[in-house]
Amino acid sequence: MRLLYFAWVREKTGISSEEIELPAEIETVGDLLRWQKTRGEEFAAAFEKDKVIRAAIDQTHARHDAAIAGAQEIAFFPPVTGG
Amino acid sequence: MIRIQEADFDLAEEVEILKDGRTDIGAIVTFTGVVRDRGSDKVIDSMNLEHYPGMTEKELARIEAQAHERWPLQASLIVHRVGKLVPGENIVLVATASEHRHAAFEAASFLMDYLKTDAPFWKFEDGPDGAGWVEARDSDDAAKESWSKQPSNKEEAADV
Repeated sequence: MRLLYFAWVREKTGISSEEIELPAEIETVGDLLRWQKTRGEEFAAAFEKDKVIRAAIDQTHARHDAAIAGAQEIAFFPPVTGG
Repeated sequence: MIRIQEADFDLAEEVEILKDGRTDIGAIVTFTGVVRDRGSDKVIDSMNLEHYPGMTEKELARIEAQAHERWPLQASLIVHRVGKLVPGENIVLVATASEHRHAAFEAASFLMDYLKTDAPFWKFEDGPDGAGWVEARDSDDAAKESWSKQPSNKEEAADV
């Protein structure tokens, strides 16, 4: 699966994207957010405020309780500030 | 129509593209967003706009389709710039065309409110008071929410 990071989530993790095999027990966006915190110092810092972080599954906004089964691309980012 | 670009846009040229030679358009509303030289509490020298290529176009197309479902629009255009911008430069253009003004005004406002909360853009500001990511505002969410409380105006708007 491809994971993408934008804005301060990207800055804190130090990467903009990665290809990764997720543990089978991760079923939802929320599970994935919690797992990210366990991936070392930088990811722990990036995902510390997990409640404010937004996610998109295959380029569509997804809630934290959304299932990730079948997803090809999941992105994490702060609330958007365009316009 | 949706465009994401680093280059500036010319309002008059964009309106001509929107009209596309048609003579049945009675009203065109345009909104231009511009970089200000100050944020809520600091001076801004420059702004960098990041986005999520692919999702940005998808979200804007979805928002645009919603506006066309809701109002009798003949055409619409969203142009959003990315990359480094300085105060005074254009950031975003929304233009709507309809037979009558109410639909065009309302749809332009709707497009901006949804763009603000749903389109994956992020602003990073830099200046003498420090650099940092712009935080999302609750008032933008409230502006978007207010549209969901209003009935669709497609029928009424067609009569005015």
